[in-house]
Amino acid sequence: MKTVNQRAWFLVLPVLFLVAFNALIPMMTVVNYSVQETFGDNLFFWEGLGWYEQILTSDRFHAALGRQFLFTGLILVIEVPLGIIIALSMPRQGFWVPVCLVLMALPMLIPWNVVGAMWNIFTLPDIGLLGYFLNHTLGINYDMTQDPLAAWITIITMDVWHWTSLVVLLAYAGLVSIPDAYYQAAKIDGASNWAVFRFIQLPKMKNVLTIAILLRFMDSFNIYTEPFVLTGGGPGNSTTLLSIDLVKMALGQFDLGPAAAMSLIYFAITLGVSWLFYTLMTKDDLN
Amino acid sequence: MAKITLSNLRHSYYPDPKGPDDYALKMIDLDWNDGGAYALLGPSGCGKSTLLNIISGLLVPSEGRILFDDKDVTELAPTERNIAQVFQFPVIYDTMSVRDNLAFPLRNRGVDETMVARRVAEIAEMLEVTDILDRKAAALSPDNKQKVSMGRGLVRENVNVVMFDEPLTVIDPHLKWKLRSKLKELHQRVRATMIYVTHDQTEALTFADQVVVMQDGEIVQIGTPVELFERPAHTFVGHFIGSPGMNILPCETQGGAAMFRGKQVALEGEIVPGDGTRTEIGVRPEFVTLAESGIEAVVRKISDVGRHIVVETLIGEDRVAAIVKENAPEKGETVHLNFRPDRTRLYRDGWLATTAGEAAQ
Repeated sequence: MKTVNQRAWFLVLPVLFLVAFNALIPMMTVVNYSVQETFGDNLFFWEGLGWYEQILTSDRFHAALGRQFLFTGLILVIEVPLGIIIALSMPRQGFWVPVCLVLMALPMLIPWNVVGAMWNIFTLPDIGLLGYFLNHTLGINYDMTQDPLAAWITIITMDVWHWTSLVVLLAYAGLVSIPDAYYQAAKIDGASNWAVFRFIQLPKMKNVLTIAILLRFMDSFNIYTEPFVLTGGGPGNSTTLLSIDLVKMALGQFDLGPAAAMSLIYFAITLGVSWLFYTLMTKDDLN
Repeated sequence: MAKITLSNLRHSYYPDPKGPDDYALKMIDLDWNDGGAYALLGPSGCGKSTLLNIISGLLVPSEGRILFDDKDVTELAPTERNIAQVFQFPVIYDTMSVRDNLAFPLRNRGVDETMVARRVAEIAEMLEVTDILDRKAAALSPDNKQKVSMGRGLVRENVNVVMFDEPLTVIDPHLKWKLRSKLKELHQRVRATMIYVTHDQTEALTFADQVVVMQDGEIVQIGTPVELFERPAHTFVGHFIGSPGMNILPCETQGGAAMFRGKQVALEGEIVPGDGTRTEIGVRPEFVTLAESGIEAVVRKISDVGRHIVVETLIGEDRVAAIVKENAPEKGETVHLNFRPDRTRLYRDGWLATTAGEAAQ
């Protein structure tokens, strides 16, 4: 009979430390804040679940959450189909493949705050290339510091410019892995272009698209730097997404308790949606 | 259903072929009769898949024409040719059930649903996949997947030809045999022209009525399995088919006789006159016997393969294999070899150069 060697647990220690210092301990301090009230001087008073109740019932949180889902929903609806279309129209072999890949990867290599600053300057009505062109050449009244619609169009366009490439590259990787025989068989079976897309390309891209959508969901749901640099959440609160609102609450108003409660709710939503989506997408593979 | 004619076919993957070496297919003139079971046999890279893709319409040949009966289809797309092809790796539509997979080629052509159901049921019964019709195709084992892709090829009625491109590559050895006999049975039932591409002689010889042997983009011989075995038209065929392959020995000709190491070797018939620099004697190991007197050889290796014993010998530097039933000599022993005259032939520059003797008929 084999003796059970419990010392094997020591092998798990490095990971335990890593996860503890990386995630668990910082998160527990947030949990700690979320159930207490503090007035500085290291004085804390027990609050229970009061802050959670306050956040969950506040109009301000609802509005920010609504804006967040609108933003994430819009960019997913645009970036995923657009990414697939671009990937489908990219060459499969030859000289242009590396050229396309590098051009596609370029926006993703730019630091996030630089992207925000670039688009800010680009869209300034009087000196920005796009802003000037729209206002003075086309005569369209466009000023994202005044008009919420213009601000929304700008942050959506910026995110599409910045991140569609991620979907493109992942979808492209899925496409090039399809053996030629599938296309040949489809030709012989008399399949239309749509049928080839629907029954060969889309199923073969399913796994990479799941990853792409998951990454884009998490990144866009937690987005902070680019809209902060571009609009600062304005005009008014029209582009105040969850993370911008959270920072305002935590560092602007120094409401540590409610901010901590909000962080945890925010985290739970991100985690919950990601889990739900991933489970639904991989459900078929398990059977 | 149609007779397929390939006429003066040449194909090169280069846009501007310079010499014969640039051609994947050198010059093909071939008729495939309606309803025949053909095998296209040759080593990897001999051009057999290229030829198949030209027949199916996935490739347009650089030169030459393809006729289905009397209709020129050279420029037609695969869908317009009404052909079917089964690929090396099973191609199935992952998201569909087995039933939908089988129905796919019919539905794409707008066939009536009652007709679709009837054909799918027929084909499923033939392939013995009726019990898994409602399963998702992605979850099947490789041999069932390959059955489904074969089914998609056979489901349409009146296809001109069904082509198989090394379809058993990914199948486990014990299932290969089963699928192979299934294919043979299918051919007898549906009576469609079938072309089976393979580099495996066993697959080719068991499936086909007529085997087309290819090498370096050329057809070297067309014949029944027996003809290929008994009277190879080229040393390549002799060597490629058979286990071990034909013994090929360099020789000289003197006044109508073949001389091997100074001794005359009796041949099946007259040597056909012709020019050529390289002459060789070809005789299969099955027709080499050990005797009291004959050509002296040293035994190099003995392999007992079960049904018989393969004796590998050396005559000087030339290797000769013989097949014996029993009483194998020891390694290193000196033996005397006899070649059965009616099975011994002369090849000039690789091609058969003796007339069939009376004994061979």
